[in-house]
Amino acid sequence: MSKNLIPLWEVFIRPRNGLAHKHCGSVHAADEVMALQAARDVYTRRGEGTSIWVVPSSAITASDPENKDENFEPSLSKVYRHPTFYEIPDDVGHM
Amino acid sequence: MYSQGLIGAKTETTEDEAFLAAFQARIDAEEKIEPNDPMPEGYRRTLIRQIGQHAHSEIVGMLPEGNWITRAPSLRRKAALLAKVQDEGGHGLYLYSAAETLGVSREEMTEELLSGKAKYSSIFNYPTLTWADIGAIGWLVDGAAIMNQIPLCRCSYGPYARAMIRVCKEESFHQRQGYEIMMHLARGTAEQKELAQDALNRWWWPSLMMFGPSDTDSQHGDQSMKWKIKRFTNDELRQKFVDATVPQGEFIGLSFPDPDLKWNEDKGGYDFGAIDWDEFWRVVKGGGPMNRERIAARQKAWDEGAWVREAALAHARKRKARREAARMAAE
Repeated sequence: MSKNLIPLWEVFIRPRNGLAHKHCGSVHAADEVMALQAARDVYTRRGEGTSIWVVPSSAITASDPENKDENFEPSLSKVYRHPTFYEIPDDVGHM
Repeated sequence: MYSQGLIGAKTETTEDEAFLAAFQARIDAEEKIEPNDPMPEGYRRTLIRQIGQHAHSEIVGMLPEGNWITRAPSLRRKAALLAKVQDEGGHGLYLYSAAETLGVSREEMTEELLSGKAKYSSIFNYPTLTWADIGAIGWLVDGAAIMNQIPLCRCSYGPYARAMIRVCKEESFHQRQGYEIMMHLARGTAEQKELAQDALNRWWWPSLMMFGPSDTDSQHGDQSMKWKIKRFTNDELRQKFVDATVPQGEFIGLSFPDPDLKWNEDKGGYDFGAIDWDEFWRVVKGGGPMNRERIAARQKAWDEGAWVREAALAHARKRKARREAARMAAE
């Protein structure tokens, strides 16, 4: 086997204008030109998108699942951030 | 296409009770496991093995059908077959990517396929002798694969489940185009009907074997079910497949090569004859009609692609060096 590993790229696709690019998978490719071509062949065979981003997987910094609680739990306990926390009389109507 | 009941994974694992209990609690709560989450080694190993076998099956599965692309009987059939074979390649790539999230490299998986260490679905070790085989493969082999893969969309491992959702969406066309081929042949001339019947006769039993060993002989099934990698046992899926497929065959006037096949009112399903498990194991272990040829074809593709991979990397390095030189000059 070759010692030169072909790099991994993460693929993001915009299904149509007006929507954000969304992660859909990954491909191996030697450079960004071939990564785009491979992503088109692998992930858009049935009109799945109108635009593709490819990003070297090694360029992504991810949060650590071990820190999930300290990162994300506080937002669950702050119910006053949500509109339903506040009581408005029905007579006021929709707000 | 084409997952097979898992062959020979070691599910045993060495973590302490508390770790395993916490993991099982997440599974029981139907939480998906994602790549960086803690997981038992046995879970990781089973998935690498299963997803790897599944990916290899997609890739090797391109070979028997590729055999007929240049001889498809019409442009319509040729376009469909090309699209199907391209899909199988795509499915292999989704699945390799899913396996790679577990820490195995694409190169390691390729090496294991070529060395014979990794298995793939035994069905691809049978030859495609006539055009009707392309119909039988789409109808039966993809049909069996769909039966297997729909529950895998709910597999506890997130990346595998997501890959399966994409695969299942694309798979339905494969089965329909196969059945359409069989239907046209079965309603054609006597010779055409004979071709369709002959293909069904040859592919029926190997299709039933695709679900893997019977539950009574499958040691790793229980643990895979507990971890919700699998949702149904091999025998349950096989029964569903028989029940769904027999009426489809009868509808187009074909008969199944099993004298014991008959409707059982009490169980609400078909009874069917005993599967030749000796043949199954012989084919899995390399003794099928096409095992050597399939691996030789993959080896040839790998070897003959070596210069392309090297050239692509060399080209990428050169472009990168040029860009850096230009940036330095500009500074």
